[in-house]
Amino acid sequence: MHQLTIADIIKGLRERQFSSTEITRHLLERIQQQDERYNSFITVTADEALQQAAAADERLAAGDAPAMCGVPIAHKDIFCTSGVRTSCGSRMLDNFVPPYDAAVVESFERAGAVSLGKTNMDEFAMGSSNETSFYGPVKNPWDTNRVPGGSSGGSAAAVAAQLCPGATATDTGGSIRQPAALTNTTGIKPTYGRVSRWGMIAFASSLDQGGPIARSAEDAALMLSVMADSDPRDSTNLQRPSDDFTRDLDQSIQGLRIGVPREYLAEGLNSDTDERVQEALREYEKLGAELVEISLPHTQLAVPAYYVIAPAEASANLSRFDGVRYGHRCENPADLRDLYMRSRGEGFGEEVQRRILVGTYALSAGYYDAYYNKAQQVRRLIKQDFVKAFEQVDVIMGPTAPSPAFKLGEKRADPVSMYLEDIYTIAVNLAGLPAMSLPCGTVDGLPVGLQIIGNYLDEARMLNVAHQYQQATDWHKASAV
Amino acid sequence: MEWEIVIGLEVHVQLSTQSKLFSGASTRFGAAPNTQACAIDLAMPGTLPVPNEEAFRYAVMFGLAMNAEIGKRSVFERKNYFYPDLPKGYQTTQLAEPIVGAGEIEIHLEDGSSKSVRLHHAHLEEDAGKSLHDAVFSEGHGMSGIDLNRAGTPLIEIVSEPDMRSAAEAVAYLRKIHSIVTYLGISDGDMSQGSMRCDANVSVRLKGEEKLGTRTELKNINSFRFVERAIKVEAQRQIDLIEDGGRVVQETRLYDADKNETRSMRSKEVANDYRYFPCPDLLPVELTDEYVDTIRQQLPELPDAKSTRFASEYGLSAYDADQLTQERAVAEFFEAATQHCGQPKLVANWMMGELAALLNREEIAIAQSPISAEQLAGLIERIVDNTISSKIAKQVFEAMANGEGDADAVIEKRGLKQVSDTGAIEKMVDDVIANSAAQVENYRSADEAKRPKMMGYFVGQIMKASKGQANPQVINKILKEKLDALL
Repeated sequence: MHQLTIADIIKGLRERQFSSTEITRHLLERIQQQDERYNSFITVTADEALQQAAAADERLAAGDAPAMCGVPIAHKDIFCTSGVRTSCGSRMLDNFVPPYDAAVVESFERAGAVSLGKTNMDEFAMGSSNETSFYGPVKNPWDTNRVPGGSSGGSAAAVAAQLCPGATATDTGGSIRQPAALTNTTGIKPTYGRVSRWGMIAFASSLDQGGPIARSAEDAALMLSVMADSDPRDSTNLQRPSDDFTRDLDQSIQGLRIGVPREYLAEGLNSDTDERVQEALREYEKLGAELVEISLPHTQLAVPAYYVIAPAEASANLSRFDGVRYGHRCENPADLRDLYMRSRGEGFGEEVQRRILVGTYALSAGYYDAYYNKAQQVRRLIKQDFVKAFEQVDVIMGPTAPSPAFKLGEKRADPVSMYLEDIYTIAVNLAGLPAMSLPCGTVDGLPVGLQIIGNYLDEARMLNVAHQYQQATDWHKASAV
Repeated sequence: MEWEIVIGLEVHVQLSTQSKLFSGASTRFGAAPNTQACAIDLAMPGTLPVPNEEAFRYAVMFGLAMNAEIGKRSVFERKNYFYPDLPKGYQTTQLAEPIVGAGEIEIHLEDGSSKSVRLHHAHLEEDAGKSLHDAVFSEGHGMSGIDLNRAGTPLIEIVSEPDMRSAAEAVAYLRKIHSIVTYLGISDGDMSQGSMRCDANVSVRLKGEEKLGTRTELKNINSFRFVERAIKVEAQRQIDLIEDGGRVVQETRLYDADKNETRSMRSKEVANDYRYFPCPDLLPVELTDEYVDTIRQQLPELPDAKSTRFASEYGLSAYDADQLTQERAVAEFFEAATQHCGQPKLVANWMMGELAALLNREEIAIAQSPISAEQLAGLIERIVDNTISSKIAKQVFEAMANGEGDADAVIEKRGLKQVSDTGAIEKMVDDVIANSAAQVENYRSADEAKRPKMMGYFVGQIMKASKGQANPQVINKILKEKLDALL
């Protein structure tokens, strides 16, 4: 039953092949038995999940079942869940139980989904390997000596290990796509402003965007249809009503123009990874698509610009964690300064502290123009690169990550090499574009991801493009377990 | 050496919106601590701000009233600093692109002169909460309490150019701001509750010097009177310091009203770098011309326009018109009373004389006046129809102020009705003439031109005998006839 996709589960539940309670119980048992190996969950809410499943079964029986009624999923522990500890992977929020639900959590509840629990993540979503979590690293189900990617490593690993068919995630610089690539799952980061950020703990507000990780483009489309909605509580939300992202899945992609940026196949890219991506592109040609070489000339500037803007925003976003109102507070503070210094020093891990320091520095008097302002200028140039490219092509394709999953600890001591993990994903966040990753083969038994970048609000077409590939190939069906 | 004082003011005005600048929590004053702070005000993780449209409307109204440019595009920024009553660790405010740009207003001074003061800009921002230090808690002494009811309340910060040259000018400017915001109804302007707070930047320089002196900033002065005193005492401190060979240090100083002195509040070592940057949770707010024009058309009559109208429509002096239009409530009181009795000049005189003295003595606003506009008009009607003299009217006014009812009731109860009965007055005149042989003799022997003046003595005696109630015109007529008969 754990091998079923979301589409399968929806069908099975409606056809009474099994009940929501049965599949929920099955997955809970599986998590209990197997997750010790992966550490993909921080909190499992078994009792609540079974209650939700029972309620879903009643609605299914009564014939008033909403879209995802009875389907068990998991939420990244960055989404606030009313009454359930929401840690953001940090000691700072180890004791934090929000009194409200994130908009995304509300949406899945309205759609009748069952929440199995909260998935592990890099602390405050800062990381590309899931090694910065206060709750320990997540292990990649394809090789437990390797990282699952990050920051949504828990969501990706849980889906890959078939502990749940889909999970919510967030992507600030690649945090949905890179772990999806490293775990053979399908993940989509929607256009900035598609999915409400209400109740999603902020890392870098102008870049953060929620999205799903699942085992197929179809499942990702089903989840995105639930997640993407207007929300007056989020001023940066595009206020577009929910959409059916499955509607175009079966469209032909004959004549599709695929842009291949020459900058994405440059040095630094693992040659085997490159080969898998080239094979995928040839597959698309077979499906009737046309490859167009394009240039995104400012690609090299994306990582440095991102590592100014994201930490700058984070340095302010994380100021609220001060030990005064909630979260970690140090023992016996001597005075106010001591309260701040020790609460934050103890509550935040090394990577989070590093980024707060970098961001604070970038915004400081005398450095603001050289760093923050300059980075914003670069951001505009990067956006223009994409706008120009989309005058010629329908989608852009390339690798998601430069290489397959690396070993635990391999890059931990070298932040710059870790930051380069996101070299192909970061520009998309700076431009606010939608992008996804889908499996396109393996290298030495480790999955490789193909990235599809779409034009603004073009998620339905991207999912169609991915689905057509998944109809023609079986890479996404390869399982780690 | 002749010194010149240079003053610029930063005035914070709390907008009287129903809810906060970025959350739906109530802004009502005086509720139990932390009962009006929602998850957004508490800066709970994952919460997001949504701008309050009403606050923008108020800010635009203010900008238009200040003859200022309106920022068609305004941007909120984060001002970063740690303090327990600042839950997010930053204040959301405006810096580079404020809602209100440069403007200019006229201020009116007590000597009747006017002066123009330039507005640098005004911006929207959220207020912080309150820290209550050394509060007594069950955990023991030495603790500080945080009340976040005020956190997120919308403010406009109004920044002037350093255009004022005396404490009196600063007060006149502050009164003008107060007058405008209360006219617009965008703030209650209550300084005692912190709805209007003032920081003053003060420096001194030798008269004729172009360069500005080093300024100090006086923080949070909470009454008109203290603004005047604080500036005076700080300017004098700076002058004394320089004359003694010292130098003014740029710093923030606190005015101690009890000791009437200023003292250093923060040392330079902890000077903050606020690391402003545009708030990524809020999009730039773009206003259309139509939006601004609609607000312009809905603006109420403002103090200057009202003053001009009062002068022309009611024949008041420029000074009187100005005094009566500084506060919207005062102007409304004047128009209500005038409408009742049709005597604008008398109403003006009574309001600026007896009524102003009464309110001042009782330290109350006109809204709390024990005598209503209708009651004051009733009193004036009795003066005009000769029921009472102006002198008696003052007695009646005091009685009215003590809650003895309206003018007619007081006159009736106290028997203050003016005596115009010629028989009774004739008798009093005869008595006084009979008892004033010497004065009568003087009158008779005086030049004719001097006689009217000499009548004053007799009138005074008769008024005294009538306890002020005799009609002075009737006295004059009878007295003159009787005295002239003796010539």
